[in-house]
Amino acid sequence: MLELRNVSYQVPEENKDKEIIKNINLTLEDGFTVITGPNGGGKSTLAKLIAGIIKPTSGSILLDGKDITNMDITEHAKLGISYAFQQPVRFKGITVKDLITLAAGKSLTTGEACHYLSEVGLCARDYIGREVNASLSGGELKRIEIAMVIARGTKVSVFDEPEAGIDLWSFQNLIQVFDKMRERTKGTILIISHQERILNIADRIVVLTDGEIAGSGSKDEIYPGLFTGESVCSALV
Amino acid sequence: MDNIQRTLLEQVAGLHEVPEGAYNLRINGQAGGRGTTANIDIVTKGDKPGIDIIIKPGTVKESVHIPVLLSQTGLKELVYNDFIIGENCDVTIIAGCGIHNAGDQASEHSGIHTFHVGKNSKVRYVEKHYGQGDGSGERIMNPSTVIDLAEDAYMEMDTVQIKGVDSTRRSTKAVLADGATLLIKEKLMTHGKQTAETSFEVELNGKGSGTNVISRSVARDDSKQVFLAKINGNNLCSGHSECDAIIMDRASVQAIPEITANHVDAALIHEAAIGKIAGEQLVKLMTLGLTEAEAEAQIVDGFLK
Ligand SMILES: Nc1ncnc2c1ncn2[C@@H]1O[C@H](COP(=O)(O)OP(=O)(O)OP(=O)(O)O)[C@@H](O)[C@H]1O
Ligand SMILES: [Mg+2]
Repeated sequence: MLELRNVSYQVPEENKDKEIIKNINLTLEDGFTVITGPNGGGKSTLAKLIAGIIKPTSGSILLDGKDITNMDITEHAKLGISYAFQQPVRFKGITVKDLITLAAGKSLTTGEACHYLSEVGLCARDYIGREVNASLSGGELKRIEIAMVIARGTKVSVFDEPEAGIDLWSFQNLIQVFDKMRERTKGTILIISHQERILNIADRIVVLTDGEIAGSGSKDEIYPGLFTGESVCSALV
Repeated sequence: MDNIQRTLLEQVAGLHEVPEGAYNLRINGQAGGRGTTANIDIVTKGDKPGIDIIIKPGTVKESVHIPVLLSQTGLKELVYNDFIIGENCDVTIIAGCGIHNAGDQASEHSGIHTFHVGKNSKVRYVEKHYGQGDGSGERIMNPSTVIDLAEDAYMEMDTVQIKGVDSTRRSTKAVLADGATLLIKEKLMTHGKQTAETSFEVELNGKGSGTNVISRSVARDDSKQVFLAKINGNNLCSGHSECDAIIMDRASVQAIPEITANHVDAALIHEAAIGKIAGEQLVKLMTLGLTEAEAEAQIVDGFLK
């Protein structure tokens, strides 16, 4: 279980600090939570706070009751938090197998490494030896990013727009990936998404708008209000 | 061979014992063994130190090893090795130099390698440099390579220097005839107070000739690197050079590209990128549970792999 208590995140701007996350209180139980909300609402920032990539300017984050607010990225990872980036990182010379192996945290046979790739619908033989560099397509990188989180198998997994760039045909498989993961880890799975079909599998939906939680609840409670928000910029009306 | 020399041989040639095929082993400036085959002859030069390696036309799937080992402190040598490769060959040449210096005087090996590659021949040339030993004496290597590629000849040169060489000045000069291709891949890592200067000069004289010069390097601590790539396009030809360097600590890296087109159909490109390890790469690996130092090591290893 992951708890955010009065978490705020500000960045310095010219005149005054800009508040990207505003005093959020959120408890993530085991199961699927989907965070949605407008672009720039603060979703990725929240994910980075959970993964320890950035630190809250105030408030605290607890994992199973333990305060992890001031721990570094490595410690977050070792305590069991995984994060699939919205924009996967490219490397020079590091192969897909290298990354999957590092994610698993132990040496893997090629067969074992391939298994993780097959789960995300990549024909393993074609990919296992490839460099994770600019030659991979956006969708391929996204899938490898997801495969790394599967290989880690930690109790908290955060996916930042996992469906982005994934073709429609594979979409159903992606949902199966999450289902399997829930069975296996029995942990907390947090998915940031704008996709209706991902919202459909959520145990709980959290709407993050302008750094604040605008709503939280089951699909039936949240769904009707999702698409009736006021217009983004009144000047356009 | 003693144990130190055995380690050096393993490092520069991946060999445990005397290799198969043709070879010439040079240990502390002395002949350490030689093997020839029906197609490959090795002859000691009469006028200066060094050897001629003569490969008969039509020799295919054969290899030559010419490792040089130095384990005696203060030894300085200059060696000339000439490779005369006939037409229609397909051969691999593995050169390498390992220096162990446990003393306080500089040990230095300078090798001048000249390649005459015959028409339509294919040569893979692998060169590995390695230094070790905890003496205060410097380990110095200054390899020069002169390459002459005849029509439709193809040569691939892989040079690797990852550890232990204090100072190196590499010069490679090549001249290409019609349809000839030269591929150069350099991998370099410097640390401590090491310096490494490499220069590649390629004359694309032949119609349809082409070259690709690729350097990947990592400079750490207080080390210094200079990379010069000079390509002259004198005919319908294509040339590409690329320097990609990771800079760390207080190191310095200089890349000097020079491309000159002397013909309207010469297509030449140079790319150079020098920068520290990308922060997002470190962050990604740390989210997999690696410490910052472990992440850095992975990124550097991958880059030079
Ligand atoms: N380091 C920073 N400095 C300044 N502004 C930042 C910084 N990081 C994020 N922001 C801003 O904070 C807001 C929230 O960004 P965030 O990436 O969390 O949004 P998001 O909800 O993930 O959006 P999207 O749906 O487009 O991915 C944006 O307006 C963004 O420009
Ligand atoms: Mg985002």
